[in-house]
Amino acid sequence: MTDGTTAPLIEVEHLTMRFGGLVAVDDVSFAGRPREITAIIGPNGAGKTTVFNCITGFYKPTVGRLTLRGEPDYLLERMLGHEVGQKAKVARTFQNIRLFPGMTVLENLLVAQHNKLMRASGMSVFGLLGLKRYRAAEAAAIDKARQWLERIGLVADADRPAGELPYGAQRRLEIARAMCTDPRLLCLDEPAAGLNPRESSELNELLVSIRDLDGVGVLLIEHDMSVVMRISDHVVVLDYGRKIAEGAPQAMQNDPAVIRAYLGTAEDDADA
Amino acid sequence: MRDRLPALVKDAALTALVAAALGLFIVGFKTRDAGQGLFFDYQLVDLAVAVATIFFGRLGLQLASLGLKWPSFALGAALGVIGAAPLELPSTFLHWFVVIAGVLIILRTIWPWANAALATARHSQRGRAFGQRGAKWFGAILLAAAVLMPFTSFADQKTMDLAVLILTYVMLGWGLNIVVGLAGLLDLGYVAFYAVGAYSYALLSTQYGLNFWMVLPLAGMFAAAFGLVLGFPVLRLRGDYLAIVTMGFGEIIRLVLLNWVDLSNGPAGIGGIPGPTLFGAVFAETAPAGKQTFAEMVGIPFTSNQRLIYLYYIILLLALVTNFFTQRVRRLPVGRAWEALREDETACKALGINPTNTKLTAFAVGAMFAGFAGSFFAAKQRFISPESFTFIESAIILSIVVLGGMGSQIGVVLAAVLLIGLPEWFRDLGAYRMIVFGLAMVLIMVFRPRGLIAHREPSVRLHPARAGP
Repeated sequence: MTDGTTAPLIEVEHLTMRFGGLVAVDDVSFAGRPREITAIIGPNGAGKTTVFNCITGFYKPTVGRLTLRGEPDYLLERMLGHEVGQKAKVARTFQNIRLFPGMTVLENLLVAQHNKLMRASGMSVFGLLGLKRYRAAEAAAIDKARQWLERIGLVADADRPAGELPYGAQRRLEIARAMCTDPRLLCLDEPAAGLNPRESSELNELLVSIRDLDGVGVLLIEHDMSVVMRISDHVVVLDYGRKIAEGAPQAMQNDPAVIRAYLGTAEDDADA
Repeated sequence: MRDRLPALVKDAALTALVAAALGLFIVGFKTRDAGQGLFFDYQLVDLAVAVATIFFGRLGLQLASLGLKWPSFALGAALGVIGAAPLELPSTFLHWFVVIAGVLIILRTIWPWANAALATARHSQRGRAFGQRGAKWFGAILLAAAVLMPFTSFADQKTMDLAVLILTYVMLGWGLNIVVGLAGLLDLGYVAFYAVGAYSYALLSTQYGLNFWMVLPLAGMFAAAFGLVLGFPVLRLRGDYLAIVTMGFGEIIRLVLLNWVDLSNGPAGIGGIPGPTLFGAVFAETAPAGKQTFAEMVGIPFTSNQRLIYLYYIILLLALVTNFFTQRVRRLPVGRAWEALREDETACKALGINPTNTKLTAFAVGAMFAGFAGSFFAAKQRFISPESFTFIESAIILSIVVLGGMGSQIGVVLAAVLLIGLPEWFRDLGAYRMIVFGLAMVLIMVFRPRGLIAHREPSVRLHPARAGP
């Protein structure tokens, strides 16, 4: 799929992020395309999550431009934290799962549709009055949630508190919750972390279906190389905050710079 | 058991010794002003009874925690009987003390068993359904009792007064529950909005002659506006920081009221506030010129209770409106966003929810209900001064919400009855009632650390059939 002809969805240009004297991300540029899975890999501390936090509005980049292409284009670095999700339609998951543990699985998916439902409820006024317009919107939201629960196999658990679910199910639910915001770009921070091989291959299927059926562009941080090799269309490799390589997954496997970053060289084998 | 007994007795004796050492100065002596100077009264019998109770109490608790059900049960029962027996003890409180010790031991004995039984019941399908139906029925019965209360034989002046007071706190608790229980914003200055509502009504009625029902919505709006003004700068703070700033704000409002004499008449307060009217009829023995009294309007003889019953129904109505609103809004997107914000603010942001706006609505709505309650308070008291709006009020309201179980509506009612009702009912115990009050709070925190009612009912279900019987 990486023929390079489709227009990019997200363009990261000269992204630099400094925390005091520490340069976490140093002049990184890459692009992610719609209907593609772009994997960002690299050793621990390479700056992958920092890149994510810049794209999703949690950090303001020190230097650089982050453009989400569309009608209109959004300059993500200029937007407030929540606007990146609300207006530019960028959704994300977290390295350490961040569900709403006390709320039920279904409620988690409804909160994700907050902005749509809020408009339908006329800033709560129609909703308080119990008008039909709001009730129809809520039924549609529940229906959408049900479809996602079917896709991740959690229909039976819909009314359980999300915090009670097993770990793998929580991972899937977090992805479904992000998808319920109708995103154009989905950023997944280590979705396969802590999953067993079976859960991991289920996750692969889910991500491929999100790419092919829902037509969403996916950015993926992942350590599990089997996931990266099997499903990603394009790989960006970071090390010490710099981009050291970029290309198709198979090409990256044999790239000397990547191998050096992961395995270390003879003089430099301390940081694997 | 036999070989453990010496260790147990030694432990209990040590506890009793500590109690005796502490109690000697607190309970053992009492100063008495006899005209020529202060004299000591010795209360050694009180001390002896207290220390003995503590000895056996500790022994009983230890036995219970070792799983020796029958000995500890017997000990608890014995203490209960001794406490209830018509012995010649120096104070009624000592009787209570011994009885409570007995009850505690029995509770401790049956606790593990009761807990296990409850846990199985909670997890079984039938138990859950029963619990949900039970909660519904309990609420309905409570409501019916509240509506009919003024017409029962309990409804003497004292009880009605207390009922109005409790309902005021129930309403405040429900209002604060939106802010603390749902949105998870720890607000220690809630009384500020209560004060805004009270002064709104006091000033608008005494200066401009507006009546209660006209001012009520205005007072709510003023309080909500204050909520927005305060909320805007402080809601970016989290947790403890927010608590401290809101506490400061509560104090600022009180100090402004105290010192801005031109507006609020300062510490002297505002008096002569008219009570609420019913279709223009006043609740008094004689009406002012051009008005009629309620008794004349309906054609019944005047009694002083009529005013109290009317107040009771007003606050009941206001409280129910608060409750209805909360129940409803929980099922709306904004209510779910409040709860989501309490659970994880970062995740909310990632989902495109504006945390500032969402918090502000919770803060303003909570403030609005405090404003309603405040104007009711002014109309009931007919005199208000800054003294009614001290920090302790905020603390009590917050305790009601926390002890009731954050976010639980019925829990707030129970906690309000417990926290406001108990100290009033146990007035005979004098200063000791604060010990009972403290004890009740400690017990709740020990046995129900998440509040009396910790259960959270989902705002929506995908499988509603399972909730039924």
